[in-house]
Amino acid sequence: MSAETTPHIVLEARNVVKTYGHVTALDGVDFELRAGEILAVVGDNGAGKSTLIKALTGALHPTSGEILLDGVPIHFKGPLDARHAGIETVYQDLAVAPALDIASNLFLGRELRAPGLLGSLFRRLDKKKMREEARRAMNELKFRLPAIDNPVESLSGGQRQGVAVARAALFARKLVIMDEPTAALGVRETGQVLELIRSIRDRGLAVVLISHNMPNVFDIADRIHIMRLGRRAAVVSPKTHTMNDVVAIMTGAATA
Amino acid sequence: MTTATVSPADASRSLKSRILGAPSAGPLLVLIGFCLIFALSNPRFLATHNLSIILQQTVVIGVLAIGQTLVILTAGIDLAVGAICVLGTIVAGKLVNLGYDPVLSMGFAILLCTAAGLAAGGLVSGLRLPPFIVTLGILGILTAALRLISAGGAFPVRDPFLAWTGNTMKLGGFVLTYGVLIMFALYAVVWYLLNQTKWGRHVYAIGNNTEAARLVGIPVRRHLLSVYLLAGLIYGIAAWLALGRIPNADPNAMQSANLDSITAVVIGGTSLFGGRGGLIGTLIGALIVGVLRNGLTLAGIDPLWQDLVTGILVIIAVALDQMSRRKN
Repeated sequence: MSAETTPHIVLEARNVVKTYGHVTALDGVDFELRAGEILAVVGDNGAGKSTLIKALTGALHPTSGEILLDGVPIHFKGPLDARHAGIETVYQDLAVAPALDIASNLFLGRELRAPGLLGSLFRRLDKKKMREEARRAMNELKFRLPAIDNPVESLSGGQRQGVAVARAALFARKLVIMDEPTAALGVRETGQVLELIRSIRDRGLAVVLISHNMPNVFDIADRIHIMRLGRRAAVVSPKTHTMNDVVAIMTGAATA
Repeated sequence: MTTATVSPADASRSLKSRILGAPSAGPLLVLIGFCLIFALSNPRFLATHNLSIILQQTVVIGVLAIGQTLVILTAGIDLAVGAICVLGTIVAGKLVNLGYDPVLSMGFAILLCTAAGLAAGGLVSGLRLPPFIVTLGILGILTAALRLISAGGAFPVRDPFLAWTGNTMKLGGFVLTYGVLIMFALYAVVWYLLNQTKWGRHVYAIGNNTEAARLVGIPVRRHLLSVYLLAGLIYGIAAWLALGRIPNADPNAMQSANLDSITAVVIGGTSLFGGRGGLIGTLIGALIVGVLRNGLTLAGIDPLWQDLVTGILVIIAVALDQMSRRKN
């Protein structure tokens, strides 16, 4: 970590606890995502990764603790609230509509309507504008895709996930959360998606990457948040720590 | 590696590949094929008079198939199409015969059909029951109830308003009923909804991948409800068209409406698995069913054989759909 002025913190969790009856899933976890970084969240199964992410995106309500977006405390009632606040999530199981074309998938749920009476009275979609915007977004992300009006099912798994990632990038204003985005992909396809995640970061968005795949994490993460037993065991840099160090912290064999 | 990007010229696919690649090209070829066979075997088939009759015979199934298409696009199926339509004819007929205003009677009947659609949609989306069971149940309930209230038998309905959709007009020597025009108008309106609006996009998205639709924030349950509601409304309009065809309310009518409407949708290229297909295909599919029934009748073949052929056709169409999915 360099000695620059402290960077802007986009998303922060302070002492968040989540209990289910006797089970403590989050035991006072802290979390800090800085602007323009890729923060990997790693941890063993049951360490609280997904619970933490769900708490951050409003999918569940913490028992106690505070979550702040741009320094302002937030209380999401559900994932839609998080989305309205500028947080987008990408899931591992290719959340696309295969028979719809790329542009339709990018704008799914957020379709643009034609200007004027055609749009307001006749509710007509502005397909041309959506296609243009989709093309522009894909070019900007430097993601190689066939024609934009091809159905998504004609794409490879990596390209499909690329569409889901691009959708998040297109609409996220603050940050993108990626939950195991490459778990269902092959090596080459994983590379494509990682490249895409990098270009999202380079456009200035903050990215949270949940992953089991250590080589991927070390490949693209700027910092690594390590979960253990419902708490943040450490935040390390891939430049100062090795994969073995991280695994040791994850399993409790070492401390940071 | 990721330098080349979206080709700017993707709109310029050749006209030929667009026509041959259109999803309704296959059904259209089947339709033309059947027309050729019947025209060669019987010269009367292509007479304008007969063509106009085919259109008139297609009206009710054609309109029912619109609702069926909407439901199947959401990966559902509607086995109550015929029953809901008969509900409309019986209620409208009964009320008019009791002396009520025909416009209000028909309006009320259409409203009841819409409510039946809403009930189906409510059970499917609210209780998350399989559409197959919900509509099968509604079919049973309605069929029994309608037989009870009409004391088992058919009764004539003589009213100029209820019969209005059977009135004809000439379009350059070609005789069209208002019912035919209403059918085409309904196709146009629902085609627009499906292809040019957010509502239609979301119908496809839900049928394609319900989970993805939910994740992008589409209110899936409310949307399903609206689909079944619209389908019910369309079946109600079909009831009016049916009374224009035959001024008779018969609780035992439309026995083959399920088979015919599902066949029209599936031959038209809409997938039973949801999310793929569309209304142009369904219109062609309905015409195929109409041409088939008309052509076989002209050839003097027993109507029972028509059901048999339709049954074979629907199985072939579903098998083709399965195979093309497996290839993907």
